[in-house]
Amino acid sequence: MQKATIQLETLSCPSCMQKIEGAVKSLDGVDQESLKVLFNASKVKLNFDDEKLSLKEIEEAITKLGYEVKKSQAKAL
Amino acid sequence: MQRFILGMRNQITLISAILIITAFISELGFENTEIFIWSLVIASILGGAPIAIQAYQALKVKVVSIDVLVTIAVVGAFLIKNFEESAIVTFLFLFGAFLEQRTLNQTRSAIKELTEMAPENALKQMENGEFAEVEIEEVDVGDILLVKTGAKVPVDGTVLTGEGHINEASITGESLPVNKKKDVKVFAGTILENGTLQIVADRVGEDTTFGKIIELVEEAQDSKSAAERFIDRFSKYYTPAVLVFSLLVWLISQDIELGITILVLGCPGALVIGVPVSNVAGIGNGARHGVLLKGSEVIHDFSKVETIAFDKTGTLTIGNPKVADQEIYTDNAAEVLGYLVSVEKESDHPLATAVVEHIGEIKLYPVEKTDVVKGGGIVAQVAGRRVAVGNVFLMEQEKVVLNEKARADIARFEANGNSLVLTSIDGELKALMGIRDQIRPGVKEDLQKLKKLGVKNLVVLSGDNQGTVNLVAREIGLTEARGHMLPEDKAAYIEELQAQGQIVAFVGDGVNDSPSLALAQIGIAMGGGTDVAIETSDVVLMNSDFSRLPHALGLTKATANNMRQNIIIALGVVVVLLASVFLSEWMNMSIGMLVHEASILVVILNGMRLLRYK
Repeated sequence: MQKATIQLETLSCPSCMQKIEGAVKSLDGVDQESLKVLFNASKVKLNFDDEKLSLKEIEEAITKLGYEVKKSQAKAL
Repeated sequence: MQRFILGMRNQITLISAILIITAFISELGFENTEIFIWSLVIASILGGAPIAIQAYQALKVKVVSIDVLVTIAVVGAFLIKNFEESAIVTFLFLFGAFLEQRTLNQTRSAIKELTEMAPENALKQMENGEFAEVEIEEVDVGDILLVKTGAKVPVDGTVLTGEGHINEASITGESLPVNKKKDVKVFAGTILENGTLQIVADRVGEDTTFGKIIELVEEAQDSKSAAERFIDRFSKYYTPAVLVFSLLVWLISQDIELGITILVLGCPGALVIGVPVSNVAGIGNGARHGVLLKGSEVIHDFSKVETIAFDKTGTLTIGNPKVADQEIYTDNAAEVLGYLVSVEKESDHPLATAVVEHIGEIKLYPVEKTDVVKGGGIVAQVAGRRVAVGNVFLMEQEKVVLNEKARADIARFEANGNSLVLTSIDGELKALMGIRDQIRPGVKEDLQKLKKLGVKNLVVLSGDNQGTVNLVAREIGLTEARGHMLPEDKAAYIEELQAQGQIVAFVGDGVNDSPSLALAQIGIAMGGGTDVAIETSDVVLMNSDFSRLPHALGLTKATANNMRQNIIIALGVVVVLLASVFLSEWMNMSIGMLVHEASILVVILNGMRLLRYK
């Protein structure tokens, strides 16, 4: 398992959160419980199974919605 | 393609504005209806595209967002050939989002200032022994790092070589530089003002004290209170409900224009954003003023606090007690004091430290066995004799007889506000010491301010004797004083108040009072940025600055008020808009959207006022 922190562009509508949450949750290998979309910090934090999923794929799911990823990092748990 | 359009939002907004202006100039100035209509059609399609894409994405993850409502409304207006409405509504929606983003950045600025203080680079010793600049993520525990004058310390670590002065304001709030040399700890985010240091990394990234502070504040600004979670749930059902409602209105009235107008008017814009905005601005203000608030639940509770209980030593007082009075009941003072120091050296209790400091250099005796008596003191075996050091309670337990003179001395010492340390050897009283702690300057005024802010009871809870505690309470104007309290008594007392339905805050130093800190609805730690204080409490006063307490309380009250105002504004706008569409002639989609966007800006600007709260 890895712990990812993804910094996004400034989020300005709370419904963005629901969208991002929905998109990331639908990925296979995401620890659903750990997923947090921080509106004010404009960050996504989650744990994921790095055998099923890569950080790149998570980023892609978010950018596909139209939100720019500024910085991301993943650390082994 | 989708991403391209979304990326061009700002340009699209500008082009829409130009097209709409062109349309109205050609219509009003030159009565050219052709250009009027075509400009508006293009503006509607251009402006509608990014909104429709967002709506589509939302629906894909099963969310009925505001984008969905607006898209349907715009398409509806387009179909009934009301291009004027469709163009203006899309423009206002986009322009509003643009302004929201700008102003939201403002409300978040205070916390951004803090997070930007996090170190980003480090000079790390590579395998060849040379130092090279690397990103902070590449530093691991055990790495050797070089810190030059003017640079930020990148990790929590220990100095290996070198010497210098470090400004630790980012951690402790204290702006006087601190001297650092070999084997001394240094902290991430602090700044080396002069000198050069080589340090070994003990903790990196989020594990450093500074990392924890940042994480705490970041999560706090996004934490949700019960009220907020309610609004979240509410808006989840609210938006689809608006959709259904407008559909019904359309079917019943057969008026498609009315139906789509309701779609726009019913948007919950200001409602979902109002509370988070107040939250982030309030917590940001606190972070700037040395008050860490752990989220909006804390703000909510603290703003309604009725009773604040204080620990005495280190909270109301400076926490550096000194021996002020002493009586020796024997001719062989040197021997007794030698025994006393030998025993007290075994303890790190503040009173013991004060005694050791007071007596200074003296001949020591070997201590064979020590027992700590909770809430009493220490009983030790020294050179074959039984030595008891502690309070009156311990002396009674040891069956030490207190003669008339000793009783008079004890009463006098207590009346002076001393904590007592009695020493007995083989059951006979030998020495009495009175130890006093200085009250923090300004505490009395700060407590007055708390009372003015509406706190009813100010209580001191202390392990000291009742006389000392009464004296302190009288001197600084507390409403109640409780002495002779063990940590578990304090916790029990808080529980008792809570059982009466009171909202209780406890202020302590975060280490020995953790049960009370955890139990009180609001645990306030006077922590110089220590990990324990950060973790066990709800509010942290940086640099143990007592004078931040009234600011903290005032701020939470202002923030809670601000949230209430924002909710009222948001709900009020929706109610007024929906009422006026049925009751007045002049209401239409464009005006509705304008009012909505204006109300969103109003709640953001209202939240921003909190940044300036003093």
